[in-house]
Amino acid sequence: MSEDKVGCTVPAAEIESSGAEIAPAEEVKKEAVRMGIMVGMKAPDFTAPAFYKGGFTTVQLSQFAGKWVALCFYPGDFTFV
Amino acid sequence: MSVDSQFVHKVWNDVELSKMIEAVGVPFHMASDGGGAIGTVYGVYSGAQGVDFRGRFLIDPDGVIQAMEVLSPPVGRNVDETLRQVQAYQLVRKTGGKEVTPSGWTPGGKVLNPGPDLVANVWKAWNPKDVYGKK
Repeated sequence: MSEDKVGCTVPAAEIESSGAEIAPAEEVKKEAVRMGIMVGMKAPDFTAPAFYKGGFTTVQLSQFAGKWVALCFYPGDFTFV
Repeated sequence: MSVDSQFVHKVWNDVELSKMIEAVGVPFHMASDGGGAIGTVYGVYSGAQGVDFRGRFLIDPDGVIQAMEVLSPPVGRNVDETLRQVQAYQLVRKTGGKEVTPSGWTPGGKVLNPGPDLVANVWKAWNPKDVYGKK
């Protein structure tokens, strides 16, 4: 992925609208919004700015195709739990 | 992934998390979900609180969600359980579903072979006492 595009602004994360052949992400996105995420669904692809091993980069879910992924959300940095 | 910027992720990693983890700190991507767009699609973003709840999704090599868990903020997750689930799904995937993992399965534990002979006979093949209440 693109490396070190560090500016003063924080680039907004993006939900991808292309890439998935079996279930186009745009359709998945609409389906996800309509009926919620379910097991058995294609995981909606996205790109997001990230900190990784000392540097800034962009991470895209689909770059991990072929691997198991644990995607974890949490309320915020410096929260206690 | 949280709504914090990657810059805040860096500071959290550098000043705190790196003190809990050997080597240099968090070994995976700390992604930023500013605005909660990704959390919204995954159903874990709270507009009222402006944060992503503790959602955890296991995604298989085909990009399909196999497991999900969402906790409210004050209770943390159990990473051992996440790893156990990954190991279980990997076994199922490797065997093409010929082996499935009953409740409480851990690696090396008893698996079940779905089929006509197993119907109403799970009690012969598996007992909760084999895996629960042993501590």
